Amino acid sequence: MSRRHDNLDALESEAIHIFREVAGEFDRPVILFSGGKDSTVLLHLALRAFWPAPMPFPLLHVDTGHNFDEVIEFRDNVVAKHGLRLVVASVQDWIDDGRLAERPDGTRNPLQTVPLLDTIAEQRFDAVFGGGRRDEERARAKERIFSLRNAFGQWEPRRQRPELWNLYNGRHRAGEHVRVFPLSNWTELDVWRYIQRDEIDLPSIYFAHQRRVFRRDGMWLTSGPWGGPRDGERVEVRTVRYRTVGDGSCTGAVESTASTVSEVIAEVAASRLTERGATRADDRLSEAAMEDRKREGYF
Amino acid sequence: MGDLLRLATAGSVDDGKSTLVGRLLYDTKSVLADQLDAIQRASVDRGLTTPDLSLLVDGLRSEREQGITIDVAYRYFATPRRTFVLADTPGHVQYTRNTVTGASTAQLAVLLVDARKGVVEQTRRHAAVLALLGVPRLVLAVNKIDLVGYGEAAFEVIAQDFTEHATALGYPLGSVLAIPVSALLGDNVVERSAHTPWYRGPTLLEYLETVPVEPDPHDLPFRFPVQYVIRPRTAEYPDYRGYAGQVVAGTIAAGDEVVVLPAGLRTRVSRIDTPDGPLTEATAGRSVTLLLEDELDISRGDLIAAVTDPPTVTDEIAATVCWLADKPLRPGARVLVKHGTRTVPALVATLSSRFDEQTLSSVDDPEGLALNDIGQVVLRTAEPLPVDDYATHRRTGAFLVIDPADGGTLAAGLVGAPLPVLSGDNRAPLTPDP
Repeated sequence: MSRRHDNLDALESEAIHIFREVAGEFDRPVILFSGGKDSTVLLHLALRAFWPAPMPFPLLHVDTGHNFDEVIEFRDNVVAKHGLRLVVASVQDWIDDGRLAERPDGTRNPLQTVPLLDTIAEQRFDAVFGGGRRDEERARAKERIFSLRNAFGQWEPRRQRPELWNLYNGRHRAGEHVRVFPLSNWTELDVWRYIQRDEIDLPSIYFAHQRRVFRRDGMWLTSGPWGGPRDGERVEVRTVRYRTVGDGSCTGAVESTASTVSEVIAEVAASRLTERGATRADDRLSEAAMEDRKREGYF
Repeated sequence: MGDLLRLATAGSVDDGKSTLVGRLLYDTKSVLADQLDAIQRASVDRGLTTPDLSLLVDGLRSEREQGITIDVAYRYFATPRRTFVLADTPGHVQYTRNTVTGASTAQLAVLLVDARKGVVEQTRRHAAVLALLGVPRLVLAVNKIDLVGYGEAAFEVIAQDFTEHATALGYPLGSVLAIPVSALLGDNVVERSAHTPWYRGPTLLEYLETVPVEPDPHDLPFRFPVQYVIRPRTAEYPDYRGYAGQVVAGTIAAGDEVVVLPAGLRTRVSRIDTPDGPLTEATAGRSVTLLLEDELDISRGDLIAAVTDPPTVTDEIAATVCWLADKPLRPGARVLVKHGTRTVPALVATLSSRFDEQTLSSVDDPEGLALNDIGQVVLRTAEPLPVDDYATHRRTGAFLVIDPADGGTLAAGLVGAPLPVLSGDNRAPLTPDP
């Protein structure tokens, strides 16, 4: 076999190498799994890294309670299909017992940090895989592949370790943990090309469908338990799809007729907006919104 | 889709590195509309009349506040000819360690100087680090050429000065190119400048798109650090035992004889496995699972290598270290060494010299190494390691020096003396002291 080792092969090989390093050096790794495209690709790579043995990690989902039904259903199907163990941390539980309070604007996205850190501590997870990519956002562009978090789960950008060659240093003290980002060097387009090549299933809302939506802050939001539409926000039926999947209160749909993976690839390649800029209200809060959330221990 | 070039940028504070990277992204249309809106708004907030392109890359709050780059930022952009992974590294002396990070995987580095200042201390330090880490090609971007009136003479002096330094570091002729640019105005970055008719070479982007990329080390002897043993113990695969890892050098084919180090056991590869089915051969860069003919005691940390030209197995390693920690290195220090997939305790038995990257000479028997110092050491390891010379095998010649107390990375380690000036036969200073 002499097929040329292309860009996607190199990215896949790098990610598999990272999964195996973590399996070899940590006691209790876990994969953050939301059912979104990045975490679905992450899981696909992890399964491949250990084939034909079972994947040696459980999954963790921080459920805001405001997720799309299609995504939760997809998550449960994937877990059942591969016989995986899933830990769910429900933001609702933290609100119910008073550890968290609902925000006035109704978004639960920033509320995910506390349940995430509490669960990492409770379950003594020492390595936490995330689907973050450096091309997503400026603060993420500064992230290491192995990113040390202190005992409070915080990211300290000035104290990042030098990351040399592909020798990853995962040593940490008791109570600290390491966030690991195997997709660091992937772009949005790489993710979609890989989904196409390996025929990876995704939740249906990534593809064009008819949905009742309303306009807020330049984004198409859908009504749900997170509230809306408010007075003066008119609901209409549009043909849309989601470029990212997050908390329903702050994830916008884009108008699109792309109903297959190759149509999505054509659309992403031609887009003049980044996926977060197009669809995430949470990054619009301030110039450093992502950095601030990461410092607090966010994904 | 074209091939991939990994590059790093380096230079002193205020040389305009982030602006240059911003200019490359902007002029290759790699900046999307919402990112542009965001920097336009931020530039207006700062009272600027034109968008500040450095805001595209300086992603941290403290970086934007101070107007400097603190940490490596990775950028991805593509032209019809090539895909680029760019590591934008900081210029401040205190953050040189982040330049080492960016350079460790780079195939080319763009080093910036301010045309008004020329080659400065930090330029020499960065060039030495890039040479040490084996970055095969350098571009010297003589920036702010507009501020010296687009003068050819000023450019030539700087280009000459730098080329001499790079040659002394071992860069052959043709591996170093100087280009007069203005990142702020865009001269010779993507578009050819009308102000430098005397410059006949390529623009920066033209060069990046056409420079030959060094191929993966396919032709080297085979090296495969074992990362993980795959034992499913399932009904379908009751007796499967595979060794998972990445081919870091060379090529392996089913049936090849190999040696397992450090033990020195010989066997043959019976199968090269992947989830898509077995391969007849695997080359450098691929993650695969090897099955062997004999049942041997092999685990994470072992290295599977070619029988001919195997690595040297030794517990006494002569190496160059690039010290990256605030606390200094003293001879006798107890550290951890991470080489391939094995981490072992080690003692810094000898600190034989410190390299002066300004004069390209070495100082014998120094008291210690401080942050950003480069020195020659002899390490004694608790267990023997199978090592190669860094100059020929970047992956199996590299190691980390780790602090056993807090787990921090103390140094980048390179087996042997990868810089010709460090090899001992060239100890005379480049320019003799007056």
